[in-house]
Amino acid sequence: MLENIDISLVNWSRAQFALTAMYHWIFVPLTLGLTYLIAIMETVYVLTGKEEWKKMTKFWMTLFGINFAIGVSTGIILEFEFGTNWSNYSWLVGDVFGAPLAIEGIMAFFLESTFIAVMFFGWSKVSKKFHLLSSWLVAIGASLSAFWILVANAWMQNPVGTHFNPDTARSEMINFWDVISPLAINKFFHTVLSGYVVSALFVICVAGWYLLKGREIWLSKMSIRVASIFGLVASILLAWTGDGSAYHVAQKQPAKLAAMEGLYKGKEGAGLIVIGVLNPNKKVIDNNEPFLFKMEIPKMLSFLGYRDFNAFVPGIDDLVKGNEKYKILSAEEKIIKGKLARAALSEYKKAKDANNNDLKNIWQKEFEVNYKYLGYGFLNDPKSIIPNVPITFYSFHIMVGLGFYFIGLFALFLFFIYKDIIVSKRWFLWLGVFSFPLGMIASQAGWIVAEVGRQPWVIQDLMPTMVATSNIDASAVMITFFLFLSLFTALLIAEIKIMIHQIKIGPKGE
Amino acid sequence: MFETFDYITLQQYWWIIVSLLGALLVFLMFVQGGQTLIFSLPKDEEEKNLIINTLGRKWELTFTTLVTFGGAAFASFPLFYSTSFGGAYWVWVAILFCFIIQAVSYEYRSKPNNFLGKKTYEMFLFINGSIGVILLGTAIGTFFTGSEFYINEYNQSFWQTKSRGLEAALNLNNVVLGLVVFFLVRILGAMYFINSIKNDSIALKARNVIKTNSLVFIPLFLYFVIQLLLREGYHYNEASIVSLVKYKYLNNLLEMPIILVLFLIGVVLVLFGIYKAILKNTTNPIWFGGIGTILTVFSLLLIAGLNNTCFYPSSYNIQSSLNIVNASSSRYTLTAMSYVSLLVPFVVAYIYYVWLAMNKKQIDKNDLNDKDSHIY
Repeated sequence: MLENIDISLVNWSRAQFALTAMYHWIFVPLTLGLTYLIAIMETVYVLTGKEEWKKMTKFWMTLFGINFAIGVSTGIILEFEFGTNWSNYSWLVGDVFGAPLAIEGIMAFFLESTFIAVMFFGWSKVSKKFHLLSSWLVAIGASLSAFWILVANAWMQNPVGTHFNPDTARSEMINFWDVISPLAINKFFHTVLSGYVVSALFVICVAGWYLLKGREIWLSKMSIRVASIFGLVASILLAWTGDGSAYHVAQKQPAKLAAMEGLYKGKEGAGLIVIGVLNPNKKVIDNNEPFLFKMEIPKMLSFLGYRDFNAFVPGIDDLVKGNEKYKILSAEEKIIKGKLARAALSEYKKAKDANNNDLKNIWQKEFEVNYKYLGYGFLNDPKSIIPNVPITFYSFHIMVGLGFYFIGLFALFLFFIYKDIIVSKRWFLWLGVFSFPLGMIASQAGWIVAEVGRQPWVIQDLMPTMVATSNIDASAVMITFFLFLSLFTALLIAEIKIMIHQIKIGPKGE
Repeated sequence: MFETFDYITLQQYWWIIVSLLGALLVFLMFVQGGQTLIFSLPKDEEEKNLIINTLGRKWELTFTTLVTFGGAAFASFPLFYSTSFGGAYWVWVAILFCFIIQAVSYEYRSKPNNFLGKKTYEMFLFINGSIGVILLGTAIGTFFTGSEFYINEYNQSFWQTKSRGLEAALNLNNVVLGLVVFFLVRILGAMYFINSIKNDSIALKARNVIKTNSLVFIPLFLYFVIQLLLREGYHYNEASIVSLVKYKYLNNLLEMPIILVLFLIGVVLVLFGIYKAILKNTTNPIWFGGIGTILTVFSLLLIAGLNNTCFYPSSYNIQSSLNIVNASSSRYTLTAMSYVSLLVPFVVAYIYYVWLAMNKKQIDKNDLNDKDSHIY
């Protein structure tokens, strides 16, 4: 395997993937949720026959179309970037990761792209009911495509249903259904629900702005009614699946959980940090206090992570140094086992080339003993198993805090709309307008927790990010990073300008 | 059902599916071909809008097919995916750029306050249809001519040229394939206009485009096919030893006569479509040209990968060449995905149904003023 790792290449590759993924994720949440909101509005139109609902559907569809186009633009690069920038990774996981990606294409993308044409161009070409069906199929197709890509992502966090084949030097699937793990299911719901929440916030933002300007009153009130119900249900379910995420992280990625909570010394009955300021001088395994200030709910982290108020939650120091009492191996021990696995794999290959089957079997057994630590064999510093604590901690707390704020926001919007006093609550409407960017921040923060929090791994315990790159020059990736940055930024500016202008025009053109 | 298949049968099955997706992609790139005509074909802005709106109703299908082609290649032949995309970096990145700029251009070009201006988005469409297509065809040319890479015992790939895939453009045969695809999709684009747009002026000019582009396309295609049939190919034996074999692709056609028949039918249908477009006043040449394209490309991709042929040869280290055996996913994965592939006929059926529903009436200038329709 790779002996000379170019850290500059690794970091540029990381930066490029982060850039393209984060740009893509600006648009995807709106696609995921707006499709359902549009389908709901159109359903009301078909059921009631009222033209106002059709006008409303078409207005939101116009805004959806502006967003969808750039979502598609930024999405194509992600699929191919697995090959262009992460070729070692794409070989190691191709047997597992490729399948969900292909199924996504066959099952979901075609559904979405075929019926979106009917949705936009079919009003006068197909029947009302077929058009409505098309709108629902687009919504289902968008979420279905998210399902498969999130199954693939979840497998990277929790590589199950596979084994490592020393002959081909890759992970191979042995049980398709195991790959669709409970973690994957939870991740899917948590992620798409975040998209639904962001979309509901977008509708409230635009409709709230109209109400502040004293225009499109009926459309805005009805839009807020639909969005606040949709958003409230989605945000409550989001909190529920968030709990599921934390539980799975505790079981499968203890270093991520420790970083999310800034927990350095593990303990039984660990508390959950509500608000906290990390001590910037704190280092792994020193005696500094981890927090300058914190508020915590006693024992709650133990409960959320292990469904037991008194359960032991390992901290960063335990994971690095090991903890005999709780049978946690030190990172150093894992690194030694990982290097033994690598050496055994190398000897296995030599024995195979020499056609020495006895020796081959011996080394295969040796490899299998230490296989689960294979990824550690590429690491040298035990502390490198810990992700960036401040980024993970703050992103996690921003996401959770805003998530609970959105529940309250949707509940109040719903209350005011049912009391029919929303127009008079101008301060609240402004709050609604400014909450949409907060939704975007929360959504991005969620991905930062998921992806920064799992470093140094691209596949948990199996492959560190630094050995996953393509064998290319760092300068090539640096150039494409800036090319993507320039292009995507230009397209983002275009999208925002068009969107704002279209919102100012309003539904009168529909 | 698929569990009973041999590993090699599954590998062949997936090569057939990937080839079919590739063939469908080339046909659906009539959208790209049409995009190269947006400046030359229409006589005024209204006709240009008509053309762009006609193409705009189909671009996503092409885009989706490209993405699915990539996904299927990744899933079934991951060593090709990791070797080619990670190796020929600049070519693939350039192709991706051409497709990134396409996706927004339809939606944004006529929207007010669109930041880059209408002309820029139209230029994006032109670049996608010209440079994007030529590069894609040139990259596919390396399936026959080879690339310079080496694969180690851990199946990690190492590209051997600094130009990272751009060197493919220095090979005449690769470039010719790029140009063949380019002129073919222009012809298909013009055929699509004849079929879908109710406008005599556009139809007349589209027929002229087919006439002039065929004068370039047919000789280039003949050159490509003749040199392909006469060239050496990369053959692997049962011990997975790769060797160069004379007339490999010609032999493949002769040893797999069904593919030869498909190829001949495909070529004849394309030529018949061109003939009908030029000499007959009908709107249906796209069906002949389209089906002919699918059959021709399908058969060319089949002979690239079947009959013990290396579909992604290495001219640097011949033994590193990729074939459907050494580049494929595991038997289990191919089996699992084969069950998913049973959905393909269902997908094709609903695409066909929607296509008919949306295209049952030709588009005309009145559609651009239809309040009930989305306008690009």
